[in-house]
Amino acid sequence: MNSVLVVLEANSGRIGAQSWEALTAAHLLGAQVTAVVAGAETGTVAAEAARKGVAHVVRLEHTLLAPYTADAFTQAIEQLVRRQAPQFVVFPHSYQVRDYAPALALRFGQLLVSEIVAIEAGPVFARQILHGRLLARYRPLGAGPAFVSVQAGAFAAAQADEAEAPIETFAPELTAEQIRTRPSEPFRASAETVDLGSAKRIVSVGRGIGSQQNIPLAQELATALGAELGASRPVCDAGWVSAERQVGSSGKTVAPELYIALGISGAIQHLVGMKGAGCIVAVNKDPDAPIFEVADYGIAGDLMEVLPALTEALKNAR
Amino acid sequence: MKIVVAIKQVPERGAPVRVDASGLRIDERGLQFAMNEPDAYALERALKLKMQHGGEVVAISMGPERVAATLRDALAKGADRAMHIALNDLASCDALGTARLLAAAIAPEQPDLVLTGLQSEDIGSGQTGVLMAALLGLPHATLVLDIEKTEHGFCVKRELEDGWMQTVELPLPCLLTVQSGGVTLSYATLMGIKRARTKELRTVAAVQLAADTGIDLNPVVALESIAPQHKQKTAQLLTGTPSQATAALVDKLRNEAHVL
Repeated sequence: MNSVLVVLEANSGRIGAQSWEALTAAHLLGAQVTAVVAGAETGTVAAEAARKGVAHVVRLEHTLLAPYTADAFTQAIEQLVRRQAPQFVVFPHSYQVRDYAPALALRFGQLLVSEIVAIEAGPVFARQILHGRLLARYRPLGAGPAFVSVQAGAFAAAQADEAEAPIETFAPELTAEQIRTRPSEPFRASAETVDLGSAKRIVSVGRGIGSQQNIPLAQELATALGAELGASRPVCDAGWVSAERQVGSSGKTVAPELYIALGISGAIQHLVGMKGAGCIVAVNKDPDAPIFEVADYGIAGDLMEVLPALTEALKNAR
Repeated sequence: MKIVVAIKQVPERGAPVRVDASGLRIDERGLQFAMNEPDAYALERALKLKMQHGGEVVAISMGPERVAATLRDALAKGADRAMHIALNDLASCDALGTARLLAAAIAPEQPDLVLTGLQSEDIGSGQTGVLMAALLGLPHATLVLDIEKTEHGFCVKRELEDGWMQTVELPLPCLLTVQSGGVTLSYATLMGIKRARTKELRTVAAVQLAADTGIDLNPVVALESIAPQHKQKTAQLLTGTPSQATAALVDKLRNEAHVL
């Protein structure tokens, strides 16, 4: 029987949805799933994990595991993996995981298969490449445990269970000298001035808008609709739209009644941030863009022609 | 300060990609290639640090002959010299093999700082930086948005999820993976392009490097196939001239979706 270790991630004392999605993936890999919560004080999150249909919960606890550092997490989880000797180690593909999991897998001579979106018989793990245009399938060959991280939104979140799994504590051996970096407390980048999360309508621009000079065209459409302006990551990186308007896994998760995606191809990092919208409209020049797989309505065409026409059509429809 | 920047050459963004007959490789015919954007930001950060603190910037890349063009681009932007690990079929190597070769080429340079983008835009496994750090025995920070030199090392600002940030202090030497954004990418000047022609671009064969340093290039994760995704198009596509299509869209939004 395959044994699977799933490393859950807690933020401000709660385990996030992405971890429960990783747990679902873990269940697909084997019946014997052990959930791991790592930190300095993991009692509350361990109790939460124990009611999610897992066989065991391990509290990987040490004062040096808070705040998070790659050095401490790599060291501590390595010791646990060696003790448990699972066939698979599963993570949510979070920023924290991408910071240490590759180094952890390396200690076992393995390569993390990151951002998986599907598990097939074998097992073979599927992940998206080239901005979601292609799907690549990988099979781990190594003798040791296989390490995989799970893309947000690819699996349904595991539900709570009646039964309560036994909880044990494992104290890794760690010393302060092993930790080479000194992280600060997290802080907010800037005061928030827009609340995209509660916007009823959002007009969002992607790289397809072409240049900063074209942003006012999108703003005009947003104004005509009484919508907030949103943007994809590359547009915010380029400074065309302020970062607080970024929609996606590294920005805001939004759920408006109407979401209009202009020149957004639909990388999964963007899709996880907006697929909860009630009605999705996409305008993109590439009819094969992944955004059309989540959109309700689409126009495949030149944004510079369609966008002014749409603003005009909305004004006329008043 | 000596800074090594690891750069990948990737298909130009938005270029139409097809799978070749093998079902394992991208058909490169007619494809244009460019510097991976996060790596371009890493290079920009390196050049900025050199401007502030002096030193040397070395660009390194791995791949077939075409990779030399991207390294020339890095030299034109201001890198001092470049190293090319020549490997015709980059996909024959997994991310671990790539990281091992890069680390083997970087180690003798004894840099103060190694920079690379947080992930590539083609395969995007997002691991090469962290793996290189582990292989070189260097502390690292990922998703870095700002780098400041301190007395004994660096203080970097890194991105966390949901708009949160943190600073991390690291000793020297260390490795940082750079997040896109924060600075404007510069373009090579005509003078820079001219100068780049005289700068050193050293090539070493991947197979030779692997043999010299005892690296096993057999993948630990096998690529089984690449294929277009099974599309489940949900969108009703509205066609016609822009005014016809948008008029139809407004009608649908009002009378079918009831969102107007």
